[in-house]
Amino acid sequence: MTYQRLRVPRLAQLVLVIGGTYGGFWLIFDLWLGQPIPRSLMGMYMFFVVVGVLMVFTATEKSTGQLVGPIRALVEDPARRWLRNVVFTVVPALAALGVYLQMQPSDEPPLELRSIHPAPPSSVKIFGKRYDLMSLENPYRHLEKDDPEQFRELVAAGGEVYIRNCQYCHGDKLDGKGPYAQGLNPVPLNFQDIGTIAQLQESFLFWRIATGGPGLPKEATPWISSMPVWEDFLSEEQIWQVILYLYDYTGHRPRSWGHE
Amino acid sequence: MNSTQLPVAIVKGVLGACRSRTVLLVAGLASVLLWLGVPTELLAAVTGSPPAAASTALDGGLSGIAAPELTAADYPSIRGVNARVAVWLVAQLHLWFAAFVLAVPIFVFIIEAIGMKTRDKRYDDMAYEFIKISITAYSLTAILGGLLLFSLIVFYPDLFSYLSRIFGESMFYYALAFFAESAALYLYYYGWHWLQGGFRKWLHLTVGLVLNAVGTTLMFLANGWVTFMMSPAGVDPAGLFAGDAWTAMHNYLWNPINLHRFIANIAYGGSIVGAYAAFRFLSATRPEERAHYDWMGYNANFVAILALLPLPFAGYYLAAEIYAYSQQMGITLMGGIFAWLFIIQAVLIGTLFLSANYYLWCGMGRSDGAARYHCYIKYLAIAIIGSFLVWFTPHTLVLTNEELKALGGPYHKYLGPLGIMPAKNTAVNIMILATAVSFLFYRRSNRIATVSWVKAGNAAQLALYTAGIANLLFLGIYHGYFTNTVYKVAASIPQVMTTLIIIVVSITLDSLMYRGAREVAPLNWGRVPNRAQYALFLLAVAFTWLMGLMGYIRSGIRQHWHVTDVFRDASPDAYTPTLGYAANVVSVGTIAFMVLVIFVFWLSQVSGRRTPSEGFWKGAAG
Repeated sequence: MTYQRLRVPRLAQLVLVIGGTYGGFWLIFDLWLGQPIPRSLMGMYMFFVVVGVLMVFTATEKSTGQLVGPIRALVEDPARRWLRNVVFTVVPALAALGVYLQMQPSDEPPLELRSIHPAPPSSVKIFGKRYDLMSLENPYRHLEKDDPEQFRELVAAGGEVYIRNCQYCHGDKLDGKGPYAQGLNPVPLNFQDIGTIAQLQESFLFWRIATGGPGLPKEATPWISSMPVWEDFLSEEQIWQVILYLYDYTGHRPRSWGHE
Repeated sequence: MNSTQLPVAIVKGVLGACRSRTVLLVAGLASVLLWLGVPTELLAAVTGSPPAAASTALDGGLSGIAAPELTAADYPSIRGVNARVAVWLVAQLHLWFAAFVLAVPIFVFIIEAIGMKTRDKRYDDMAYEFIKISITAYSLTAILGGLLLFSLIVFYPDLFSYLSRIFGESMFYYALAFFAESAALYLYYYGWHWLQGGFRKWLHLTVGLVLNAVGTTLMFLANGWVTFMMSPAGVDPAGLFAGDAWTAMHNYLWNPINLHRFIANIAYGGSIVGAYAAFRFLSATRPEERAHYDWMGYNANFVAILALLPLPFAGYYLAAEIYAYSQQMGITLMGGIFAWLFIIQAVLIGTLFLSANYYLWCGMGRSDGAARYHCYIKYLAIAIIGSFLVWFTPHTLVLTNEELKALGGPYHKYLGPLGIMPAKNTAVNIMILATAVSFLFYRRSNRIATVSWVKAGNAAQLALYTAGIANLLFLGIYHGYFTNTVYKVAASIPQVMTTLIIIVVSITLDSLMYRGAREVAPLNWGRVPNRAQYALFLLAVAFTWLMGLMGYIRSGIRQHWHVTDVFRDASPDAYTPTLGYAANVVSVGTIAFMVLVIFVFWLSQVSGRRTPSEGFWKGAAG
């Protein structure tokens, strides 16, 4: 008994690969991990997946012929007139439906491109003094090596400042999930994320904490951050202490250009 | 003269004038203006604006050049012309053509040297054809350079005056070097057929070397002016410039830009020449013509890819230096307002890799022996597309409110870490390695290795790539996410070294394996689908667009400063335009450049056409 290998037409293979990749993304990110891929990013991913699949399927003349053959036959073969009419009606109708659904007015506010990390000014006036943010360093950072005991005390003091003032929004685990977080948009930053404080110098944190949302430069508009101006409530020492605590708790290191 | 001859004659006349008089005129005028230091006083008189506050002695006894404090009234305007957009487009067009005419001679020099070494005249003919194209482009470069100079003088007189006071000396030498480059280029082009064979060929090659040395020097000089505006050197805390031209030129970002532009120019030149070959291939009517331009396109693409491979590293070095120079500039560049343009940049760089690989895969069809490697194409595509998706995944996502709530914050828990540089460095290294493998398959397509150690050699190459990719992943993940920034940035160097070592060792090993290899099927030049030629076009367009976009970003990160933190821009345009507006201006520039380039390609065809003119000339037959 001989088995004939099932040959899936090339065009069907193309559709299966593209559909399978999309389904794979959905299964992994939406269902399994519970972190869906945003629509804007998914659009870019799928565009280049389609480009890549087309590249592979048209890399050789034989493969291109197999792919294009049925499409050419559909357009040119008089015997397929009915099928052609159906395809030429359904495909534009689907495209029109897609456009209609995309353009349909909704209650959803328009998307905003907001800079999470706006560029700091070269210098800033805080506590009545002018600080050069290019060269500003945490005055207590050196104690980490020079006097570890005092450093631990400062970190603990910073922790106390954090719990009294910051955890309501940024969370007691520093993950941006404080009790008030759900009521805010943009949501408070998750300091555990590798993309936040681990990418920044301590002077940047000092500037952002001290001047809060109102201190954001114009570039960061729309200005909708709820971050208070902490220089009105905390001392300079307390701000530096809380910065020590943020890095200590999360295990991240501040951005620096010096070897450890 | 009949109606068809007239346009040809006009074109030739214009070309002739461009080649000689316009170039000399523009260069001469520029050098005289710069040398005499005319702008400040002359323009103050012409525009009615006060002379720039450039002084050499101030009341406090300090000496140096102070940046003027301007108001919007100090910027002349012409009705209906947006000064910023005019200077932006002219500067960008000048730079594109300058990159082209600096790159093509490097390319031509290498090709001529290969022809000389192999004694294969095809290389010499190809090199000559390229330099012929660059002659017309050279005229356009000079014309656009002159236009840029006048645009700066007209629209930004005080800025030009300030810069010419600091760089007057180097501007003068720039003009002199321009004469030297013109002389070397004309001698190189017009002497091509005269300086053939033996010692004369050596002499000709030496002229090519001089041409490249002078061209590169010109670029370095102009880079000094541009980088001074980004990272000024020799300026004291009071904002006074107290150094000399060398101090100003040898600023923090000068060498990173020099390196990046030098490599990028070679890749760009290769891509434009590739587009020319594709243009000629698609318009060819005879098989031998198709074969010639197919071969030319392959060589151009090879050079473009070769230079493209180290380019991301040079770019990363430049970005790291910008960060090190100024946290503010670095964050503006990659975390702030320009971050989204970097996503477009990533998409365009990925497009370059996709185009280059697709061209190689299609090119394997030139030999029937390539069928053995077709089954591997899909795996290469998975590696390249997978890396590409990582390469352009943004750190800051565009989210609807619903998505924001679903994710629990503005960052994606699993895709967010792909938004920072360690992931991108790893991805681009893997893309480069996959491209190298595509090239290896292409090289092998028409041959079978006959050495006894073929199996061992293939196993060694497989092991090399496997170990190398494992090392890239380790460096990217461990140093990228679990160590201090300084190690994270430093880890990019061993990543680069890993990639370069793999490429060099594997190609060397492959060359040894295929020494004396048996040809199983000949390479049929010209047997390549038209769609491969469109990939070459895409390569050139993507390069051009990319350069325009990155040029805007490099200039735009100065924000409201003419010279960062020293000389404030007080013009009505001293704001950062929206991303869409900037992208549109760059796109218009790209289209204008491509139209001009196609015009240059067309001219190169026109110059070879002959129209019979029987009965037109007295006493002449035909």
